[in-house]
Amino acid sequence: MLGIFSRGQQKLKGMEKTTNTKEDKSLEYLDLLRRLSQEQGVSGREAKVAESLLKTLHPLVDEVERDRLGNVIAHKKGEGPDPHPRVMLAAHMDEIGLMVTQILEGGFLRFTPVGGIDLRTLPGQEVLIHGLSPLRGVIGAKPPHLQEPGERKKAIPGDELYIDTGYSKKEELEEMVPLGTMVTIERDLQLLANDLVAGKALDNRAGVTVLAACFQELTRLKHRADVYGVATVQEEVGVRGAMVSSYGLAPDLAVVIDVCHGDMPGVAEDEGFPLGKGPALGLGPHVHPRLFTTLKETAQEIGVPYQVEPSPTPAGTDAWAIQIAREGIPTALVSLPLRYMHTAVETLSLKDLKETGRLLAAFIQGLEPAFVEGLSCY
Amino acid sequence: MKDTLARLSQSFGPSGREEEIRTQLTKELAALDKNLAIRTDALGNLIATKPGDEKRLLLAAHMDEIALLVTHIDDLGFLRFSPVGGHDPRLLLGARVIFANGTMGTIGREELKDKEDLKLDKLFIDIGASSRAEAEENCPIGSMAVFAPHFSTQGSRIMAKALDNRAGCTVLLEVIRNLPPVDYQIDFVFTVQEEVGLRGARTAAYQLQPHLAVAVDVTRTGDTPEAPVMAVELGKGPAIKVKDRSFISHPRVKDLLEETARSQDIPYQLEILERGGTDAGSIHLTREGIPTGVISIPTRYIHSPAEIIDYRDLKNAALLLCSFLQHKDLFSSL
Amino acid sequence: MLLKELSEAFGPPGQEDEVRDLIREKIAPHVDRIWTDTMGNLYAEKKGRDAAGPRIMLAAHMDEVALMITRIDREGFLHFKSLGGIDQRVLIAKPVVIGRQRVPGVIGAKAVHLLEPEERERALSLRELFIDIGARDKEEAEKLVAIGEGAVFQSRFSSIGGNRVRGKALDNRAGCSALVELLQYDYPVNLTAVFTVQEEVGLRGARIASYNLKPDLALVMETTTAGDVPEAKSHQMSTRLGKGPALTIMDRTLIAAPDLLKALEETAQRLDKPYQWKQTATGGTDGGAIHLTGAGIPTAVVAIPCRYLHSPASVIDLADYQHLIELIHGFLTHAPGRRTGQK
Repeated sequence: MLGIFSRGQQKLKGMEKTTNTKEDKSLEYLDLLRRLSQEQGVSGREAKVAESLLKTLHPLVDEVERDRLGNVIAHKKGEGPDPHPRVMLAAHMDEIGLMVTQILEGGFLRFTPVGGIDLRTLPGQEVLIHGLSPLRGVIGAKPPHLQEPGERKKAIPGDELYIDTGYSKKEELEEMVPLGTMVTIERDLQLLANDLVAGKALDNRAGVTVLAACFQELTRLKHRADVYGVATVQEEVGVRGAMVSSYGLAPDLAVVIDVCHGDMPGVAEDEGFPLGKGPALGLGPHVHPRLFTTLKETAQEIGVPYQVEPSPTPAGTDAWAIQIAREGIPTALVSLPLRYMHTAVETLSLKDLKETGRLLAAFIQGLEPAFVEGLSCY
Repeated sequence: MKDTLARLSQSFGPSGREEEIRTQLTKELAALDKNLAIRTDALGNLIATKPGDEKRLLLAAHMDEIALLVTHIDDLGFLRFSPVGGHDPRLLLGARVIFANGTMGTIGREELKDKEDLKLDKLFIDIGASSRAEAEENCPIGSMAVFAPHFSTQGSRIMAKALDNRAGCTVLLEVIRNLPPVDYQIDFVFTVQEEVGLRGARTAAYQLQPHLAVAVDVTRTGDTPEAPVMAVELGKGPAIKVKDRSFISHPRVKDLLEETARSQDIPYQLEILERGGTDAGSIHLTREGIPTGVISIPTRYIHSPAEIIDYRDLKNAALLLCSFLQHKDLFSSL
Repeated sequence: MLLKELSEAFGPPGQEDEVRDLIREKIAPHVDRIWTDTMGNLYAEKKGRDAAGPRIMLAAHMDEVALMITRIDREGFLHFKSLGGIDQRVLIAKPVVIGRQRVPGVIGAKAVHLLEPEERERALSLRELFIDIGARDKEEAEKLVAIGEGAVFQSRFSSIGGNRVRGKALDNRAGCSALVELLQYDYPVNLTAVFTVQEEVGLRGARIASYNLKPDLALVMETTTAGDVPEAKSHQMSTRLGKGPALTIMDRTLIAAPDLLKALEETAQRLDKPYQWKQTATGGTDGGAIHLTGAGIPTAVVAIPCRYLHSPASVIDLADYQHLIELIHGFLTHAPGRRTGQK
């Protein structure tokens, strides 16, 4: 851990501009992001990351609890006279991962992906197996020498990959690794230049960090709205936690915080958004037009840079479920640009993270009952 | 239990046209004489309620089966169809099917240049009619056909059509037969339209608002020659589901099921199904979310005219569910 | 003609304002109450002569498949994605209008002369197509068009042949138009018409509308694929033009409530009106979302056969349109019991 930090700081020293950003407190949320990124929370088995998050949010809000499906729901009450607009902020806390499906002779484990993991990135990864007690492992594959000539040019199919645990007896492993055990990649968070960070599960632990950052900002602001911050479960397997938590809370409006694709070579301009240029505000059928406009205007007022992400669908975010819960919930989508999505080196800008927290807090501060009523008038 | 399964599996119950199987199940429930309140809802789910205190448990098994829907009749009396649920054209070719009125048919195909061209729209049902009028009279457009009934046993193995999911229905009936005295309310639901998208379970769970649910269905196995990798076998006990495409088990409900099996010495397996879903997929996402588990009967050749299960798995599934009902921490630990 | 006005109105998914305003104006004199919800569904309530009678929801979606402007490049060309299931093969060389301001443009692509032989054989992907609005550069284009705006086909609604019409967005302005016409009469039942949004992007408006209303039963008024074109085999023809409104037994999203289907069939027979069964089980409609709402809602779909759905020029037969109105009018007048459609 220390090694990573010092390497990051070394780089920072040489760059005046980024040192300034550090004074802007972009790095304020680095430790939280690092902690959340390291926590285990594959879809459907989010207890560990939830526990960590409960502790983080507890001092910032009035109450925080987990619902029946495991969503973490933090409630911060609004001030002033009734009625209080009820706003839900949702960021999913689950991560993609692997699930053990079979224990083979020789101590190898077969697995199936949970969520849309990029199988090509798996060979050679170091992994943690979250059995009865955590085990280390590596993902192996047939060495190049033993491959047929044509084989090397193709990605290794998922059913030919396996985890090597170092144990050699099937029986031994059966004791420690029940079928269904989750596996995550073992990866420390890396600080890159210009306040960029790279690591695992930043989709969407970065969003969860924004949630915390927003509550942090709100402790300094007066707001009339009742705020429900929800860290949702099972987004990666079909926006399931958002579906039930939005039904349960029935808020007046919702803002979803997730990640979108960052710019990188080979990706079209309207598919990938530059890092460090602020959050991308979703625009399309899934977003209530007035919420989009209000977020945009708020960003302009408080000087938060923003980008516009037009999309015909919410492309698999919690917004998909929330907008059509119950009688319909006006929903907006705010995304952090992130490169290399669904790999173990997801990369994003800490500055975007911080600015997004600030934007959401200001947006919430401005929420009044009349605005909410207007959301059903077309 | 075997006789019940024989009756249920041979009953006619395509998705969306479950009248006959529902009538059969209603009869079976009446014969058990347990004073359950029985009703049918707007989509056709059959709901049998054992009253109790304010805590509610939902037990679900779908009663529908995959089928063929007649969509077109040609001048010579051949019937074209659309699949109702997941059909594999390779399994349909040559299969015998039956309509609600007892009309039998067999499935033929157009002459194909290439075996790869075997698609559902190259197949047709021949009921032996010699004209359009004759076919229309017996099997008008909109009528549905299912695999022809068949039931046989070999040792502990049972071969029949529609074990998916009359096996699950049989387990529910067996639980009702041996119903332990419990304080909470239990809603036994025989759901409709599972095979076309877990539909009945969704509206049933919505109206019943259970605190906890368990679905009973069938699952695939990996114990046949050159089978796809799957660590479930016939005869090794009911499977407790960890995950499928529609659902990841609630960790606590899965643990409760495992604890029950271990404490009662009931053999069980853990199931990770890479494709397919069950009613639990709908149920657990209803309203604020419902902690849900699944008990699966290992089944070979699912969605074929002849599915095979092991009778011991069926019995143990019923035993497991009965014991689970008596777990002392059922609601408190969720 | 109402159908012409509706067909020519601008209404991509999520941008149905113009269609909604037009319908609101037409129905206002004939209904008891009009309101909208969080997504923009338009509701119109018409109380029945029997206040305790069944509550029926009639739904028709207002949105049409469209394109969404996602990028304006340096040269001022607009790049887009599809809003709903558009057939990319029909896009090339079509005029479009963008936004409610109706900025005109054409869909261009590299000229055929410049293509490699094998390129000519394949359909162009959306990424290879763009809209030219005549702007000289990005700056000029940005003055006319904003990112996120929808674009729809610019095509003239007109009659063709004997009793047929062609136009864009007949899916589902034909359904909307029929529903507006039906609202001009009084019925014994309690009726709420819903003109839904966002059907083309996943039956989204209908879902919250049915949750809001929780009706006793629902009828969806739609258009459906007509397959009676050259080379199609008889059993592949989903429906045929001029053979009457089509009743759906099953599609990808719904198995229609059997009793409700039967009541509709009996109505057609009683009135001696033509009807046909939809002969394929593909596609989906708002009915898929509606029937699974709450504790379940018996639902059926009645559709006008329509050729070339989702293209700039779709074709319907006005006789089918008229028969659809008569069928539903007959069904509603004959006061279906509260339990119709239930088992």
